[in-house]
Amino acid sequence: MSKHYAQDVGQVVTTRTSFIDDIINLARKSSIFYLLFGLACCGIELMQTGGPRADIDRFGSVPRATPRQSDLMIVAGTLTYKMAERCKLLYEQMAEPKYVISMGSCASCGGLFQLAYSVCKGVDKIVPVDIYVPGCPPRPEALTEGLLRVQDKIVRERWFAGRREIGQRAPGLGIDYKVSA
Amino acid sequence: MTPEEIQQSLAAKFGDAVGPLQPANKDPWVEVKPAALREVCAHLKADPQLHFDCLMNLSALDWPKQNQIHVVYHLFSYAKKHAFILKVKLDRASPTVASLEPVWKSADWLEREQFDLLGVTFEGHPDLRRIMLPDDWVGNPLRKDYAEQPHYHQISTTRESPLDGFIRLDEMKKRAASAATATATGAETPAAEKKELPQ
Repeated sequence: MSKHYAQDVGQVVTTRTSFIDDIINLARKSSIFYLLFGLACCGIELMQTGGPRADIDRFGSVPRATPRQSDLMIVAGTLTYKMAERCKLLYEQMAEPKYVISMGSCASCGGLFQLAYSVCKGVDKIVPVDIYVPGCPPRPEALTEGLLRVQDKIVRERWFAGRREIGQRAPGLGIDYKVSA
Repeated sequence: MTPEEIQQSLAAKFGDAVGPLQPANKDPWVEVKPAALREVCAHLKADPQLHFDCLMNLSALDWPKQNQIHVVYHLFSYAKKHAFILKVKLDRASPTVASLEPVWKSADWLEREQFDLLGVTFEGHPDLRRIMLPDDWVGNPLRKDYAEQPHYHQISTTRESPLDGFIRLDEMKKRAASAATATATGAETPAAEKKELPQ
């Protein structure tokens, strides 16, 4: 774990890698609750992904109907400017740490409707996006892959592992998002 | 009734306000003077022979070269099983026509849609405001000369092509390569670059 970590960050000389981090991250990655946010036809695939065939519940991911209980927002579909403002509001209502998957061409860049007057050209213009899932719409397998990539990202985050750079004092226990590469 | 008979009965009652039946090989339509529209439509609905109880569709067209906006009314009669089309030609600068909401309630949202997308004002409409776009939207998007705003609420409305990123990357690589050769060959090449700069 420490080797992997030192490679990514580069500047780090010593690490106090904590197994607490691994345990926390195991719990977090196995309970990614996603916000039900189907905007267009991608929403159908999103439902399929939660359905019995693709069944992302086996990775511990279940839909929540409120942003207050969600860790992950899957922006599934065409985002109009009118909806973009609501999308930003929903994102701000989610508790940290939070992740965003941009599902499909429309959410990623406007897609088919890129030249339309009312469509926002990508959800990354309003909220930070962690994973882009291409497709029109992406198959449930593709969205599942996107979820697994979010899990990879979560697993690499450090919460309690101390770190210090050359000639600096080691900081105490604390939460530091930026440590994760 | 056939469209010809409907047009004849309208022309008999309203005279010049109702135009002749236009291309009969396609869906035939009739032009109505904007001032007489409300009376013509009230008659179309109330007359027991015509009995148009349904406004199927209300749309509009923008003709910049003719400097006109046409509002099109598709009527249907469930009782008599016949259909008819009316058109109203309006000035493009200030398209204003009487609202048909008092005649057919379905005109309410249809007229709001045309107000939203083409900027047609319907006089006498009880609640004339945008129906789909946000209230603070600038312009009417289905006008042929509509220009998209660069931003909507600080959201940029354009997106760079991903190919432009690759082009920039290529240029960066070329610059890095030329800089590397410059440092390898010595001070001659930077001097040549300095000469090129003023041009």
